[in-house]
Amino acid sequence: MNTVTPFIRAMNAIIWKDLAAEWRSREMVSAMLVFALLDIFIFNFALELNPQVRASLTSGILWVTLAFAGTLGLNRSMAVEKDRGCLDGLLLAPVDRTAIYFGKTIGNLVFMLLVAAIIVPIYSVLYNVNLFNLGLIAIIILGAWGYVSVGTLLASMTVQARTRDVLLPVLLFPVAIPLLVAAVKASGGFLDGSAISDIAPWLNILVVYDVVFTAVAFMVFDYVVEE
Amino acid sequence: MLGWASKTDPTQQNITLMIEVNHLVKRFGPKTVLKNLDFQAQQGEFVALLGPNGAGKTTFLRILSSLSRQTLGEVIIAGYSLPHQAAAVRRQLGVVSHLPLLYGDLTAEENLQFYGRMYGVKGLEQRIGAVLELVGLAPRRRDLVRTFSRGMQQRLAIGRAIIHDPEVLLLDEPHTGLDQDACEMLDNVLRQVAARQRTVVMTSHDLVRVADLASRFDVLSRGAIRASTPRLGLPQDGLLAFYREALNTATIAPGGAP
Amino acid sequence: MSDSKSRWLILLDIVTIVLFFGAVGMVFFYAPLEASMGIVQKVFYFHTASFWTGMLGFVFSMVAGIIYLRTHDHKWDIVGLAGIEIGLVFCLIGVITGSIWAYPAWNTWWTWDPRLTTVTIMELAYFAYLMLRAGIEDPERRARFGAVYAIVAFISVPLTFFSIRMFNTIHPVVIGSSDPGAAGTFAMTSKMTTVFMFALLAYTFLFADLFWHRIRLGRLADKVEQKKLKLSE
Repeated sequence: MNTVTPFIRAMNAIIWKDLAAEWRSREMVSAMLVFALLDIFIFNFALELNPQVRASLTSGILWVTLAFAGTLGLNRSMAVEKDRGCLDGLLLAPVDRTAIYFGKTIGNLVFMLLVAAIIVPIYSVLYNVNLFNLGLIAIIILGAWGYVSVGTLLASMTVQARTRDVLLPVLLFPVAIPLLVAAVKASGGFLDGSAISDIAPWLNILVVYDVVFTAVAFMVFDYVVEE
Repeated sequence: MLGWASKTDPTQQNITLMIEVNHLVKRFGPKTVLKNLDFQAQQGEFVALLGPNGAGKTTFLRILSSLSRQTLGEVIIAGYSLPHQAAAVRRQLGVVSHLPLLYGDLTAEENLQFYGRMYGVKGLEQRIGAVLELVGLAPRRRDLVRTFSRGMQQRLAIGRAIIHDPEVLLLDEPHTGLDQDACEMLDNVLRQVAARQRTVVMTSHDLVRVADLASRFDVLSRGAIRASTPRLGLPQDGLLAFYREALNTATIAPGGAP
Repeated sequence: MSDSKSRWLILLDIVTIVLFFGAVGMVFFYAPLEASMGIVQKVFYFHTASFWTGMLGFVFSMVAGIIYLRTHDHKWDIVGLAGIEIGLVFCLIGVITGSIWAYPAWNTWWTWDPRLTTVTIMELAYFAYLMLRAGIEDPERRARFGAVYAIVAFISVPLTFFSIRMFNTIHPVVIGSSDPGAAGTFAMTSKMTTVFMFALLAYTFLFADLFWHRIRLGRLADKVEQKKLKLSE
């Protein structure tokens, strides 16, 4: 008899659970959205952007916004498991711990992309900038994946600490800098129509980051959750 | 894999020995919480695990439920050993703690669906219906768990624990925070659940409550099982006397500190 | 392991002190005075050696982290923590000495060049490591999480460096310079090289010495904890 529940089925169950629960309350996504919008407004006033300068800062503003909103989502997603002891519930099931990792990570990715999908058009409207760019979309997906793959691992640790809310950004941001730098440069490159040969090195870094950290994260996740 | 024969009676067969724990030691850094703990449970037994706070009951249960790893010693459940055959053990375990392990933003049905999928339960829809009936929550099937009272959440938690029909049920102080009515409802469910030849280990502070439920009483104190008696073997003055006696013996155990 | 200081450690202490003073002496009396920057240039020896020591600490902590996760032997947790503490202190010294060097050379206390920026980000990451540990009460969990983060943080360092290097650079490339005209660069004479190597050696001994002391301190602290617990039982 197959004792371990199949990986994909377990992973899908977790993703579905997170999406369904969030759909009910919509608390997390609305918090992320409001926060992201506020961010954009604050940048507007803080940076006093004139149209020329604004164009070159767009990708930076977008990624800072996504990074902060992403932290909210990551925190919330793991806090849900910590409350009511649900993480134990996941660990009690005869499933591969890696399936739990990927289930949570993909769920987090979906939320982050959802937020991106809403604020990018809004940003376009607010600043009269055309952001509908396939390259940009690709970078957002790659960047978000790298961010949540490390973020989910770190959040599963920080959620168990006393200083949980402050701790995740403190742990995540230094480690995410190469990702953010590459994402900003690559997005900027696509937005101002640079040659693909200029953008390629940044794409490289993004892909390398994604691959390396996804591998590290799922190898190490077991050690974080197993007592 | 064949199980291990009981240490006291060599004619016992592994199929009825559901839980076997030998020389269990658990240390947290420099602190030793469980020292040389031996424990056994036959299939169908309902063991009440009693003991003062800090004795190590929760730690012991966490090790049995595979959430925590033993430092030394053997733990064999339903013939599978921990930690190496953890997945097989988990399939045979249902765990209820004082936290409900339920998702507040999902309905009762959805919670059971989730856990059913995680355990690979076949015929899930029907099973959910049966379980909800058993725990008396069928009318609240489509309600969000965060609207449930604590007593209802605990009952649903039991439902969650048995959705995959495990052999062994572990409960860690499930009556915590419940009022009298809720406790009685919980006990009813427990009796029905235990009745299907399931092996149950339940920790509790409430001697009155367990006196009715359990078929055997073990006292865990200062990291090891100090006394054990089946219900029939209880002294005249009842469970409380047995409990006090066991604790007294523990603190003045010969041979120095435990 | 006995509690009193091992003889080897005492010997190491002595050797380290001798080497260190020797290095200082060489820097000030043996190494030639550099033409363009004068005496300030001598900071370079300490600056680079500090970074070297710091990096040693971080490397050790990542290795210790991996070993801890596999063996769950508490002593590797102490090793990891010691490595990071030393790394943090020496990288900070490196950054500060870098500033001392930068001001006369380029008239600025700070440059956003890749090496400096990467090191500062590393400092932040490893400081976060300390914050993570501070927020967790259970010692076993603290050790485990620390090990995990030590590994993650270390792996991010090369990626951080390359991404920032692609971003911009004005740091003088002393060893194997591709642009000899970059401001602040200087060619190393053979005497300078000797002093440089000697400084590295002295600092390596310094690292080993501090490392051993710190680990010993950690183990003694553990023993105190254990005895406290036994007393309270």
